[in-house]
This record gives sequence, structure tokens and C-alpha cells, in this order.
Amino acid sequence: MGKSKYKGWLYLLPAIVFLAVFMVYPLVDVLVYSAEEGYSFASQTYTGTGLFNYSYVLHDPYFLQAVKNTFLIVIITVPLSTGFALLISLALTSIPKLKNLFQTIYFLPYVTNTLAVGLVFMILFKPTFYTDGMVNLLIKFFGGQAVDFIEGPYWAKMFVMCFYTIWVVLPFKILILTSALASVDQNLYNAAKIDGTSKSRTFFRITLPMISPMLFYLIITGFIGAFKAYSDEVALFGTNLNVAGMNTIVGYVYDMLYSSGGGYPSYASAAAIMLFVIVLTITCINLMVSRRSVHY
Amino acid sequence: MTDLSRDYTKIEQAARTRKKIVHTVIYIFLVFWALMVLFPFYWMILSSLKSYSAYNGEYIPKFFTLSPTLENYVNAFNAVPLAKYFSNTLIFTLATTAIMLVVIILAAYAFAKLDFPGKNITFTLFLALMMIPNELVIITNFVTITNLDLRNTFTGLILPSITSVFYIYLLKENFAQVPDELYKAAKVDGCSDMKFLLKVMVPICRPTLVTVVILKVIECWNSYVWPRLITDDANYFLVSNGIQEIRENGFGRDNIPAMMAAVVVISVPLIILFLIFHKKIMEGVSRGGTKG
Repeated sequence: MGKSKYKGWLYLLPAIVFLAVFMVYPLVDVLVYSAEEGYSFASQTYTGTGLFNYSYVLHDPYFLQAVKNTFLIVIITVPLSTGFALLISLALTSIPKLKNLFQTIYFLPYVTNTLAVGLVFMILFKPTFYTDGMVNLLIKFFGGQAVDFIEGPYWAKMFVMCFYTIWVVLPFKILILTSALASVDQNLYNAAKIDGTSKSRTFFRITLPMISPMLFYLIITGFIGAFKAYSDEVALFGTNLNVAGMNTIVGYVYDMLYSSGGGYPSYASAAAIMLFVIVLTITCINLMVSRRSVHY
Repeated sequence: MTDLSRDYTKIEQAARTRKKIVHTVIYIFLVFWALMVLFPFYWMILSSLKSYSAYNGEYIPKFFTLSPTLENYVNAFNAVPLAKYFSNTLIFTLATTAIMLVVIILAAYAFAKLDFPGKNITFTLFLALMMIPNELVIITNFVTITNLDLRNTFTGLILPSITSVFYIYLLKENFAQVPDELYKAAKVDGCSDMKFLLKVMVPICRPTLVTVVILKVIECWNSYVWPRLITDDANYFLVSNGIQEIRENGFGRDNIPAMMAAVVVISVPLIILFLIFHKKIMEGVSRGGTKG
């Protein structure tokens, strides 16, 4: 028995080794890095410990810009994409035919490379030497003024950004919400119909409460995902996000890590920890709200 | 009496008309969004088939082309090392997925069927690890891999992506559903744990394994952040980095048709995978995929 008692550990060994090296140790290490002042990547030495890295990051205009961008993305895309996904899912469940076809089409963006499709979006929105680009031609057609959405004013860039983010995150939300809607007990609807309940009342009193757990799940994961926005930005505006003024917090972390001078893991760590704290706080608030409003 | 029944047919007819109108509106809305989803794909294929001069000669872009050409595809493979990016991604995806499968199957089996001291606490710790965001650990991983001199190697690319606590959890739940009697019977017959795992557990749980494989392949094919940090030698670029490279200094900024050809080539494998397995993929994702 003595040998087989520890057999389980043997099976777990590979997983534990990888997790220890690439998850547990980094977790401790990131805290250490964030407290080491003046850390140099080349010589692997530091001058002291303290909170200087945090204060440096908090005073860095690029970081503040990134925080502003990230919060705007979160505030705009999470409610819009969740609401729109709900609308589409409701429409999908109410039609008799072609439901599967639409569902499959809507899911397509999930499996595509966001960087590749982002390039297509850039071309649609960007005026070039030869043409104003599809979207601008449409705007002009309706009597508007052409705008450079990729290298132009801030609001235009933010608009493309949010539009693309919503386009990318919708498939997942539609999928989850349609399956949530499909699993609502049909007897409830039949009972409501017999009682002559109005459509809107049925929606607010039956549908919404029944799918509220899934809706909150989507809102929570949506917040987390939006706070971590990065590759969609790269897809639209290129790798130099600071120059484009469209950097996000995650982008700031990676830029700090990657910069040609060997990188500043200390600043990157401080920024990453701040991001983690923000996300954790928002998630806790979300969980508290959902505990109060989820109906069963 | 006749009055009443006439009223009734009238009401019924009105209701039916209204239903028809509502359905039409819903269908228009759904078709509109379907077009929004499909349009970028259509546009990239269309642009990739236009010749360079034709594309740039159109101030108002045409929605079709009468003289499709494949020269952009030839260009895409010749002017930039697209084939190299492609094979790199293939190697990366296959190796990561294969090694991950071994690691998670062993771990899930230990948690589901084996008894050993400290099992419950270890499992709880594993679950706690699910909450750790990648952004937090990637910094040290970058330093670790750099210090090990593994930048611009496949080992460096693959190593940190191998374990996924979430997939271990998913698989463990599935393994646990296999009745214990089967395990005991096999033990009585003198079947070793490893043999039982390979001959019984893995075949029974194949659907879950297929789901995990598909999700991981999608994740690998689209991964961008880690490869970007760890490779700066174009010989080791994956397709996502390749696309970024092509965009910034590939064909020259204005050769959009060639760029689009590259984008099509990169997108096609996953789209084919999706068309074949769309039921399985959607089922798998709704069971616990997030895009992150």
C-alpha cells in the first residue's frame, strides 16, 4: 500500500511542476518586483525597496491615459454588448426557422484571429491616399463629413475601438444567452399566456429573472475581459499604442516589459498589480449586486 | 351567432397579420446583424482577389470583382515568410495541445480516481489558481524564459502555455462520472492504473477531450501576447505576430490586397475547423470557454 498511496502525487507531478514554475512562483515574484526600486534587468540588481514603482506608474501620463481608455472601453462596451446580445438572443428564440443558421453565423467571430480581422476593420475605417474608405463613403453618402477613424480625433478612434470590441465579444454572449433562454421552463410562459399577461410583463417577471444568473455571469466576465483589453487595440492601431493615444492598462504593462532598453519589470509589476486590484474590486461589487438581484 | 364568429375570425386574422409583421421585423434585424458579421469576411476575400492597380484605382470600392486574380496570394507567400509563420503556428499549436493533454489527463485522473494524502487540499489550491489573471504572472515568466535563454525558441513559446487548471477541472468532473465499480473491477483483474486510464477512461471521456482539444487549438492559433513578448526573430513568429509584422513593414503600406490575402490564408484553417465542428465548438464554449 505504501507505494500506491503516493501514486496520485506521481500523476500530479507534471501539472504541479508547471504550475509552480509558471504560476505560483511568478505570483510571489511579481509582488517582489513591484517593491524593488531601480531594478535593472541587465544586471539584475536593485537599489532599494519601497513603493516608488507605484508612485512612478501613477504619475506616468501614459499610464493615466491607459487607465482612462480602459475605463471608457469598459463603461461603453459592457452594457452595450450585453444589452445587444440580449436583444439578438430574444430575437433568435422568437423565430420559427433558420435559428441554427443565424446562430452559427453569429458565432463566427469567436473563432477568427482578432488581429487578422482587426486589419480588415482598419481598412474599412481608414481613409487612404486613393480612397476615403468604405465607412467614410457611407458617411458622406448620408451627408456627413469624412473622418480618419484610425489616426484622427480621439472620439473617432474610441468609436472604432468600442465597435470592434463589441463585434468581437458578442458571439460568446449571444451563445450563452440563447442557451439560457432556451432552458427557461415553457410551462411558465404557458401559464402567463393563460392569465393574459402582457408581453413586457412576461419579459420582466419571467424571462429576466430566470436568466438573471447567466446575465450576471456575462456581466462579470464582460467586465474582467474589457479591463484586460489589449490585442483588439493592437489589431486596429498597431503596436505603438502610446503614440496612438489608445493604450490600455494591459498594453502599458506589456510595453513596460518589452521596451527596447531591456524592459522595466518593476514598473510593469506595479501596473499589473494595480490592474488586478481594480478588477478584483469591481468583481466583488458585481458579485454583491448579483447576490441581491439574482432571483433564485 | 354569425356576427360573433365573424368578429372572431377578424380578430384572429388581425393577430396573425401582426405576428407576421413582428416576425418580418425580427428577421430584418437578424439579417442586418448577420451581414454586419459576415461583411468583414466578405470584404477581405473580395479585396484579396482584386489586383493592386484595380484596388487602388477604385475611389468608390466595388462590391464585386469581374477579374479575380490570385497574384496577391502568390505575393503573400513570396514577399513575406507567410509559410514560415504558418508552419510555426502549426508546430506551436500541435506541440502545446499534445503536451497539455498528457499533463491534464494525468492530473485529472489523479484527482478523480486515485486516493492520496492531501488530495482535497491540493484540489482546492488548484481551483484557487484559476482566479490568477495571466497578466500578473506573465511578467515573471517573461523574465524566467529570458534568463533561461529560451527567447526565440519553441520551448520558450510552449512551456508556459502547457497547463490549464480550468481544463484539469473540466476533465476531472468528467472522469469522476465514470463509475467506481469499473475501476475496482479492473483492479481486481490486475489492470494497472495507467492501462485503465488509457484503455477505459480516455475512450469513455473522448467527447470532453475533443472539446478541450478544439478550444485549446483555437486559443493557440490566436495567441498573440506571449509570442510577441518572447519572439523578436521573424523565424519564430506565429501568425498573429506575422500579421502585425506584415501590417507594419511587410508589403509596403499601400498593398492592401496582398495584406488581405495574408489575412485570408491565416483565417481559413480556423474557419474550416469551425464549419466542420461548429456544434461541438459552440457546445464546448458554452460549457466553459471564455475568450481571454
